[in-house]
Amino acid sequence: MDTQDTKDPAAARPVLEGPDIARVLTRIAHEIVERAKGADDVVLLGIPTRGVFLARRLAEKLQEITGRKIPVGSLDITMYRDDLRMHPPRALARTEIPGDGIDGRLVVLVDDVLFSGRTIRAALDALNDIGRPRAVQLAVLVDRGHRELPIRADYVGKNLPTSLRETVKVQLTEEDGRDAVLLGAKPASA
Amino acid sequence: MMRHLISAADLSRDDAVLILDTAEEMARVADRPIKKLPALRGRTVVNLFFEDSTRTRISFEAAEKRLSADVINFAAKGSSVSKGESLKDTAQTLEAMGVDAVVIRHGASGAPYRLATSGWIDAAVINAGDGTHQHPTQALLDAFTMRRRLVGRDAGLGQDLAGKRITIVGDVLHSRVARSNVDLLHTLGAEVTLVAPPTLVPVGVERWPCEVSYDLDGVLSKSDAVMMLRVQRERMNAAFFPTEREYSRRYGLDGERMAKMPEHAIVMHPGPMVRGMEITAEVADSDRCTVVEQVANGVSIRMAVLYLLLGGNEPAVTHTRPTGSEEK
Repeated sequence: MDTQDTKDPAAARPVLEGPDIARVLTRIAHEIVERAKGADDVVLLGIPTRGVFLARRLAEKLQEITGRKIPVGSLDITMYRDDLRMHPPRALARTEIPGDGIDGRLVVLVDDVLFSGRTIRAALDALNDIGRPRAVQLAVLVDRGHRELPIRADYVGKNLPTSLRETVKVQLTEEDGRDAVLLGAKPASA
Repeated sequence: MMRHLISAADLSRDDAVLILDTAEEMARVADRPIKKLPALRGRTVVNLFFEDSTRTRISFEAAEKRLSADVINFAAKGSSVSKGESLKDTAQTLEAMGVDAVVIRHGASGAPYRLATSGWIDAAVINAGDGTHQHPTQALLDAFTMRRRLVGRDAGLGQDLAGKRITIVGDVLHSRVARSNVDLLHTLGAEVTLVAPPTLVPVGVERWPCEVSYDLDGVLSKSDAVMMLRVQRERMNAAFFPTEREYSRRYGLDGERMAKMPEHAIVMHPGPMVRGMEITAEVADSDRCTVVEQVANGVSIRMAVLYLLLGGNEPAVTHTRPTGSEEK
């Protein structure tokens, strides 16, 4: 989630590489099918930016497993953030709800890193204005701990114990040109 | 730190594109069952209208409510203003009530600027039309409509209107819409041509970043969008043209003239239309005419402006009023 990328990327240590990420997503897709008993009513909603790409990749894997097309969309949480008033207004990202909506469906939120949990709280608020899902679950590529709210993920790619002095950065081919999860040190000035 | 929207000329290209892109996301809220976003929860916005207006006031009100702001409507008629209160006292009354933003429409050019720079209030000031000066949100919604129709809804994101040829026809002299559009469209890279009877072309127009023509038929075939303006009889205290019939024959848009426009070209009008005067019913009801679309887009644009000025702890749109050394 960190946008200020002042540190030297060479100093950051890759924790997951391209093939690892692909395997992790395949496993999560199988877990979703298992827990949702076939994923009949699953709707995947990615949280911009990288959550959307992860959601699309998950949808592809789910289609391979179930043979059906899984609705996938995006959910922008910018205006639901609890720190909206503490920064200049951010540019909005796209909210794209699949045609059949989310009422009565099993919504799986997809994000890259689970940290404080505040993003997910905002996402739950945003969902509230869009419809009433049967249930909401959460899939993340990395859980780095340090929750500030009572929120947990249902599907975790990798549990990554971190200290608050470290940064976790997810790179995806669609946005960054390569797949990787990088663990680095926070710049001293921050 | 400036955080007002007074004139379309104050917006940089990047600011304008950011507003248009934000409006594109805001437009999607209109398709939802719950047309509401929490961005301005707890903010109070006053619609201060010293001049009659239906669509602009309703449009601002809809935008404010969709962003969850608390809305206070203030019409000059029947208020303390009709008893002789000055703009300063009205402003200080609003300040005392803890207002976060003032949307002002005033018959006098420059009233919003005065309100924003006088130090009477802390609130953000948004110009909703002042005299014959500016109407920046109208120019933004027009540019938004053009970008959607001429570039594309998704293809337009991040884009300006470079190379598009826009013709503005009619009562330019009294039109704040024309002034705002010329400024903004120039910033966005479009080529603007004004067409009007010589009596309705303002003095000093040669310094505007646009062309002027008196021959509507000659310009139509080279236009991507034609914007018809209403003849503002309420602002006219002299005879600017011999008869209405002559005006509409030379400067009105009818089906025959519309056929000369390129296939993709659109007809725009800021409303209210006077059918039979500047536009015939045939043109107004054709699907090339974007009047109704412009109204819908107005709500999205005003949501975007309100969000970008009020949504955070400081505005996202940097406003460059010339305060001495700054370049204009």
